[in-house]
Amino acid sequence: MKQGKSVQILGTVMLVLTIIFCILPFLSMFSAAVQPQGTTPAGIQFTAHPHWENFVDAWNMANITPLLISSTILVIVVVPCVVIFSSLGGYAFAQLRVPFKGLIYMLFIVGLTIPFETLVTPLYYQISGMGLLNTRLALMLPLISLNIPFGIVWMRSCFEQMPSDLMEAASIDGAGYLRTFRSIQLPLALPSIASLGILTFLATWNQFLLAVVLENDPNKRTMAGALQAFVGQYQTDVVLLNAGALLIMAPTMILFIFLQRYFIRAMLAGSVKG
Amino acid sequence: MQCNQQSVVNTIMNNHQPARAGESGDAAPAVERKPKRKMSLELVSLLFLLPAFLFYAVFELWPIIQTIWYSFYKWNGIDESTFIGIRNYATVFTDPELYGSILRSFYLIIFFSIVPIVLGLITAVLIKDIKSKAGRSFSQVCLFLPRVIPGAAAGVAWTWMLADKGTVNQILHAIGLGGAARVWLGDQSTALNAVGVIGFWLQLGFCVVLLLSGIGGIDQSLYEAASLDGAGWWRQLFTITIPGLRGQIGVCLTMTIVSALASFDVVYMSTQGGPGTSTMVPGVQVYRLAFTQQNVGLASALAVTLMVLVLLVVGPVQRLINGKDQ
Repeated sequence: MKQGKSVQILGTVMLVLTIIFCILPFLSMFSAAVQPQGTTPAGIQFTAHPHWENFVDAWNMANITPLLISSTILVIVVVPCVVIFSSLGGYAFAQLRVPFKGLIYMLFIVGLTIPFETLVTPLYYQISGMGLLNTRLALMLPLISLNIPFGIVWMRSCFEQMPSDLMEAASIDGAGYLRTFRSIQLPLALPSIASLGILTFLATWNQFLLAVVLENDPNKRTMAGALQAFVGQYQTDVVLLNAGALLIMAPTMILFIFLQRYFIRAMLAGSVKG
Repeated sequence: MQCNQQSVVNTIMNNHQPARAGESGDAAPAVERKPKRKMSLELVSLLFLLPAFLFYAVFELWPIIQTIWYSFYKWNGIDESTFIGIRNYATVFTDPELYGSILRSFYLIIFFSIVPIVLGLITAVLIKDIKSKAGRSFSQVCLFLPRVIPGAAAGVAWTWMLADKGTVNQILHAIGLGGAARVWLGDQSTALNAVGVIGFWLQLGFCVVLLLSGIGGIDQSLYEAASLDGAGWWRQLFTITIPGLRGQIGVCLTMTIVSALASFDVVYMSTQGGPGTSTMVPGVQVYRLAFTQQNVGLASALAVTLMVLVLLVVGPVQRLINGKDQ
């Protein structure tokens, strides 16, 4: 049964209010970011002459170019590693025969809800003991590992939904396990792999705590981690601070708006399975 | 790394292939092949699993064990450590600054979890019959934005929103409540609630979209049958919609509760736990103890406590979700 008109109007009002609430902080930052430098803006105000050059100055002061490069390198290494390792592992759980399957799977499940705060102290001493502190590997290795529990759960459920006759047909044809995996199962799993890739990208790009602890040089951090150094430096300059913070958010926002369908699908499905 | 892994598996596969080829020449292949293939299948399974497990064990399982180990020692990170038993845990539960931070994180559940889920549910139920393709994708993008940006950036955005001359005070002045205006994050009495509002902002849109997608999955004929039986709007809400959304509500609960208990990014960027200790949460406290006060043992004890609390809260909620499937 359809709900009455009054309910629909009430709902529309609620939705519009929620949307305004969600985008208000962005408008507020943008409004402050285009005011003249050195002034103290007040709330959201209309400007006839937006100072676009603030973004150029903030770009240079926040060192956006090296940050973009460093975050991109991080993502280029972490995302494929997580996707490949999780696919292999998830496939083993779903279609092959892992000894002590229940026990090993339980170990991965434990990792799903461990807060990063619990891991960061020992990780710091471990990475430091390996002599990797303040290198790119200091962030890459833990980030790969911390995304793996979700990846395994995700890819396992994906491979479990695949028809097992496919696998049998392939093995009758004499295809080895790796061949079956690579040329039959993996292509079918592509949509799930794409979603896992997007979720891993977000988790890596937005990682803050590990970046701040394991990487002293802000230019080798993630974009999010670099915010901490930038805010520390420009705390009092509201205009530049907001322009810089917007620039740091921009890459994910732009990517999200262009690939919104895939992002939203991945994030909805990801939350349900994770 | 991955090249190595591939070649290891390849080598094993190549070793495996000729063995099988030789076998098929035997008289009774069907009988003999089975046990051998079973053996190798388990080996192959382990090899498939190996890279994931190796990373996971070294950089997640081992650190968990290490944290538990550290939590029984007094250690400044450099010198010799001394075993002090459970004294760190005793401190966690008796020092008001430490157990206070845990209580605060539970208080934040109201803002991070309960309010957004209730409001999200109301909004989702009210708009479930509105079908407009263009409006839908536009609103989804807006509602998801807070979840796409880094939490640290949300902290920066809201520090400005809640500042003396920020947008929140501007709105208060505009609607004639200028007297209530203040530096929300700088005032001992409002700082924690202000941090809560940031959390509410982070979670609300996502809850709306997730619950709405759940409502879309509820069988429409249930509503028709109920209204034929004379069940009103409220009856339908409590007998059809909410039970039908049990899974989605469970997911929202799990995610938002974990983000409240383990909050770090937002608090660290907006208040660093201050003013005083009014917004100090376990995440920031662990960071401070371990990296600025060099009290690794105590930091670890608090971290382990946090982990156990998260597991204790998430466990029952997970059972709620799984209960639905059975």
